Amino acid sequence: MSVLVIAEHREDALRDATFEALGAARALKAGPVTALVLAADSAPLAKKLAHFCQAVLTMSQPSLSPPLAAAWLPAATEAIKEAGARLVLLPHSSWGMELGPRLAEELDAPYAPDVSEIFLRDNKVEGERAVYGGKLNARWEMVKASVYVATLRAGAFAPAEPSDSPAEILELPPAAPKVLATRFVGYVKQAAGDVDITAQKILVSVGRGIGGPENVALAQELAGHLNGAVSCSRPVADKNWLPKTRQVGISGQSVRPRIYLALGISGAFQHMAGMQGAETIIAVNKDPKAPIFRVAHYGIVGDLFEVLPLVTDKIKALISKQSL
Amino acid sequence: MEILVCAKQVPETAEADIKISAHGRGIEQDDLVFDINEWDLYAVEAALQLVEAHGGSVTVVTMGDKDAEDTLRRALAMGCAQGVHLLDRAFEGADGHAAASALAKVAAEKPYDLILCGVQAADDGLAWTGPALAAGLGIPWATMVTAIEKQGNTLEISRELEGGMEEELILPMPCVLTVQSGINEPRYVSVMGIRKVRKKPLDVFDGAALGLESGRTGEAGSRLKVMEYTLPPAGGRAQMIEGMPTEQAAALADILADKGGLR
Repeated sequence: MSVLVIAEHREDALRDATFEALGAARALKAGPVTALVLAADSAPLAKKLAHFCQAVLTMSQPSLSPPLAAAWLPAATEAIKEAGARLVLLPHSSWGMELGPRLAEELDAPYAPDVSEIFLRDNKVEGERAVYGGKLNARWEMVKASVYVATLRAGAFAPAEPSDSPAEILELPPAAPKVLATRFVGYVKQAAGDVDITAQKILVSVGRGIGGPENVALAQELAGHLNGAVSCSRPVADKNWLPKTRQVGISGQSVRPRIYLALGISGAFQHMAGMQGAETIIAVNKDPKAPIFRVAHYGIVGDLFEVLPLVTDKIKALISKQSL
Repeated sequence: MEILVCAKQVPETAEADIKISAHGRGIEQDDLVFDINEWDLYAVEAALQLVEAHGGSVTVVTMGDKDAEDTLRRALAMGCAQGVHLLDRAFEGADGHAAASALAKVAAEKPYDLILCGVQAADDGLAWTGPALAAGLGIPWATMVTAIEKQGNTLEISRELEGGMEEELILPMPCVLTVQSGINEPRYVSVMGIRKVRKKPLDVFDGAALGLESGRTGEAGSRLKVMEYTLPPAGGRAQMIEGMPTEQAAALADILADKGGLR
């Protein structure tokens, strides 16, 4: 079964997820892996990718930059048909979530999004993906078809290793120019907030369990004694209990503090991806099955409103003992 | 603007104990609380804010069992003008493709300017229906939308990328947008407010009424099949701190001190 990976890139840089997708493709042991590069000028990116797969297909056309799904849809469809690819892989990133499902419909293909495992069995495409907020896994299969599309969960697949001999780069003729209905205006970077959470050694992080903005002060007090800062998971930022700049996670910021104290955070995948590199992770949650306990080094199943004030008192006592 | 919002009723998952059913291909529903999918709630609010600013009305559609009517009533109480219930056993177990096939029939009923969905559903997390619906209708789409502004016949939107970055796009109408959580603050509705709309007539359609053969909807019309549910590997590395809250707090404070929290 021929496998094709659509390379994700932005502002002239290949995204890490592209290499993970190439790794996943290789691990299928389905034969040679092709990478597809679409851009105004795909040559530089194609050269980089040529060491990570067995063939590179490129299409260069001004309308293909920036990587707008609406522009890539007809180009990718054509390239996939040209290549006779049967399984198309993309990262389950914001870009992949925009293009993947629409591409599947265009190809009349089954679609498996956000997969954590994918393999071929008896010429069927099967695998696993997380459901119910990560509390369960679903073993899935796609119905038999001539083409399949799947998006891959970030960090679930080891990136491809480079090889010495670069793959052949084949340039496809540009697709017939189309007037695009959707227009790109620009990229916008979030303005810096009052605190840079990525620079903190200690983060006291609150999730939905903190209950309301009035309770954030409890976390702030402990953070103050530890000379750290308060950060949060997505629901807290969505509700404006803390500014978006305090959000840890895929759409927020990635942090690697010495200590990450997760209070009332269930541990959605997107959150854990942003903090799992912390040196020491301690989680407090009412739910013993909260996914956060899978990445934490220490865990307390309990009510944070009981535990937090007690911890703060103990810390204050330790600090005054220290200063004696 | 005439806006159609697609809303799904899902089990509350964040605090719930999700148990796999005996045959492994479903979950036990009895102890679960069902509510409007959080992302779809943001979509309803976004639709209402647009018509409040620009005139028009919002129609809300749900595909689900009889209980899913609660989701419609909530959206109506928030201010949606019309509710549509796709009610048919044949619709159950739909993936994004099968769901979009049914929803496209509703979307084609009226010349809607805009169709809003949430980014994904809290149960299956497929993030598939919105773009598939755009494909079925042959109209532009954008996902992960964090801001929508109407400018004449177009919509200026922001969509979320990674790491605090966003991209700004302009789409013509009609189009499909999937809305990201945090885009707005969904208005509160009281029990009283929901009671006020409980008698409002809904448009109820089954597969036959939509002109859909049963093989094209629900599990039968799906291309992604769930074979079974399993529990993720238990444990992980967490050393659990047991004892009374005071003992747990003392242990936690010691860990914080030990790992350099007091420097």
